[in-house]
Amino acid sequence: MSTPSTAPAKGRRFNGLPLIGPSVTVLLIWMIVPLVMTVWFSLQRYNLLDPTVTGFAGIDNYEFLVTDPDFWASLANTLILVGSVLAITVVGGTLLAVLFDQPFPGRDVARLFAIAPFFVMPTVAALIWKNLMMHPIYGVFGAAARALGLPAVDWFADHPLLSVILIVSWEWLPFALLILLTAVQSLDREQLEAARMDGAGAVAQFVYIVLPHLSRAISVVVMIETIFLLTVFAEIYVTTAGGPGNATTNLAFLIYARALLQYDVGGASAGGVVAIVLANIVAFFLVRTIARRLEV
Amino acid sequence: MATLRLRALRKSYGTAEIIKGVDLDIADREFAVFVGPSGCGKSTLLRMIAGLEEITDGDLFIDGARVNEVGPADRGLAMVFQSYALYPHMSVRDNMAFALKLAGASKAERAAKVAEASRILQLDAYLDRKPKDLSGGQRQRVAIGRAIVRHPKIFLFDEPLSNLDAALRGQMRIELARLHRDLAATMIYVTHDQVEAMTMADKIVVLQAGRIEQVGSPLELYHHPANLFVAGFIGSPRMNLLPVRVVSGDPAGVRVGLPGGGEVVVPVDSTRAAPGTGVTLGIRPEALKPGAEGALAGAVRHVERLGGLTLAHVAVTDSAVADGATVVAQIEGSAPVRVGETIRLTIDPGATHLFDGEGRALPHQSRHPLAA
Ligand SMILES: Nc1ncnc2c1ncn2[C@@H]1O[C@H](COP(=O)(O)OP(=O)(O)O)[C@@H](O)[C@H]1O
Ligand SMILES: [Mg+2]
Repeated sequence: MSTPSTAPAKGRRFNGLPLIGPSVTVLLIWMIVPLVMTVWFSLQRYNLLDPTVTGFAGIDNYEFLVTDPDFWASLANTLILVGSVLAITVVGGTLLAVLFDQPFPGRDVARLFAIAPFFVMPTVAALIWKNLMMHPIYGVFGAAARALGLPAVDWFADHPLLSVILIVSWEWLPFALLILLTAVQSLDREQLEAARMDGAGAVAQFVYIVLPHLSRAISVVVMIETIFLLTVFAEIYVTTAGGPGNATTNLAFLIYARALLQYDVGGASAGGVVAIVLANIVAFFLVRTIARRLEV
Repeated sequence: MATLRLRALRKSYGTAEIIKGVDLDIADREFAVFVGPSGCGKSTLLRMIAGLEEITDGDLFIDGARVNEVGPADRGLAMVFQSYALYPHMSVRDNMAFALKLAGASKAERAAKVAEASRILQLDAYLDRKPKDLSGGQRQRVAIGRAIVRHPKIFLFDEPLSNLDAALRGQMRIELARLHRDLAATMIYVTHDQVEAMTMADKIVVLQAGRIEQVGSPLELYHHPANLFVAGFIGSPRMNLLPVRVVSGDPAGVRVGLPGGGEVVVPVDSTRAAPGTGVTLGIRPEALKPGAEGALAGAVRHVERLGGLTLAHVAVTDSAVADGATVVAQIEGSAPVRVGETIRLTIDPGATHLFDGEGRALPHQSRHPLAA
């Protein structure tokens, strides 16, 4: 009965380092080696087109990068892309989640269809949108415009970044919807009823009860989407190849172009380091705000 | 002034009728308790009054005005939910002020009303806390506070104490009764616990399967149950029910034969009880006392000693039935009964009831003095 409870507690306080050591080591190597190599290459003269030019470059690669107008354009494109897609998917996902939470005939089928795009791989999605939807001659949008007597829009020529944003939003809206729908469904119905008794209409219920309830799920959606949206590549590669000009070149595509179109490994590595820094800045702020939110 | 009138109220979900025609009047400042077994439709009826469920048929009047089509916020009622349904991201203060804020009350008015409610409920120290940082009893009080600040015509409670432990429940019962006196408000309280119903109600409404079985004061229901269901539901331990036969109708009541050969005269109207008919005899556990000349005899099967009281479960000896019915006698705590021994029990005829073949009570010849 009165066995001192310190015995098992002491047993539990054993030194766990030998046990977690191997996995920590593997993860460190896994992370550190590519990082160090990237930083190392970014400080080298290393162009595959001219292998004879080698040696330490210092910060030349970085200097070349920041003086390149393409770099700043790609940075801006990255932020616009991430910001717009986040806005569209979070706002749209929240509204759709509330809508799909209402009972209506065929709701289950509608939910399935709404979530389906998430399972289409990015290259396929981009191809569908490029050739079946947005193509000025064969596309659905063009046909619809002509049916209304309007001129067809050549989306990728006239609104390239907007087109990419639409495609990526289409891919990520189901994800936001899925997460937010489960969150909406976990809302205690009696809270809504209490709010109704307190005189809250549909809008007030949404603003004061549903949105605060969703805030945690929204932060999770924002965090996960940001991580993936910073590295959007396939959609751009398939549809616009970064163009016209640099209109749809984001940081990921710029790095790809530097390394594999211009064979400038050193310059690409410098871009990679910038991407890592950018991702870490974003991650820092996100993790801080979300950690605070998750405490609630 | 706040009166409530229900007329032939019905509620169906699809083809399933849940509330099957309820007529009820609740007077101003009355504490009415809806009681009944789980699933009988208490919550549904309360939610229909609140406006959270549509009324399928019938009329609902508040202060004489028909409110069937009036929304929940405009009926002037406030409800305390079983889960409390506090808004988790709002402080206690904001929870209580939410309705006022939506109604466009000024900051000063909100502060004053919240201060008043928190004083009544002793919540002043917790106004800036979130609901998750409160104990169950405190959350309960916040939920009540949220109702109080609105000065509703009628308070509605749906099993508000069922999530609390026994000690807190007893304490909150007293607080709610006090609140009812202090606020002089009309209250409707739903519970499946007949102790809560007995201790708090001015008027108990016993529901079963969507119908009202009986309406009356607690002691009226206790001493004059209208039927077998109410007799079995009200009172703890339950009333003992024995199938018996009418021997004869006396001026003093109906003489019935007991298992084991004894007889007892139940002081009820004898006009409906022809000799030989099968009826059900109801005996309150406290009406059975050990006594050498007792009319019932049987073996003690089980003894529950509660300290001040003892509950003796006695298997009544019956020559006709091999395995006789068991009755529970509520006797003195010091009574020396032991499992296995055979005892005789005397019956206090004043605490007995008779129910006819349909389960309806035969009316007592005189009313109990406390059940006017
Ligand atoms: N939305 C609903 N749809 C169908 N049946 C319901 C619904 N709500 C309640 N019921 C049924 O109505 C009956 C009464 O429920 P309720 O009023 O909650 O009982 P209680 O007396 O325990 O509060 C139950 O049998 C329940 O299954
Ligand atoms: Mg209920």
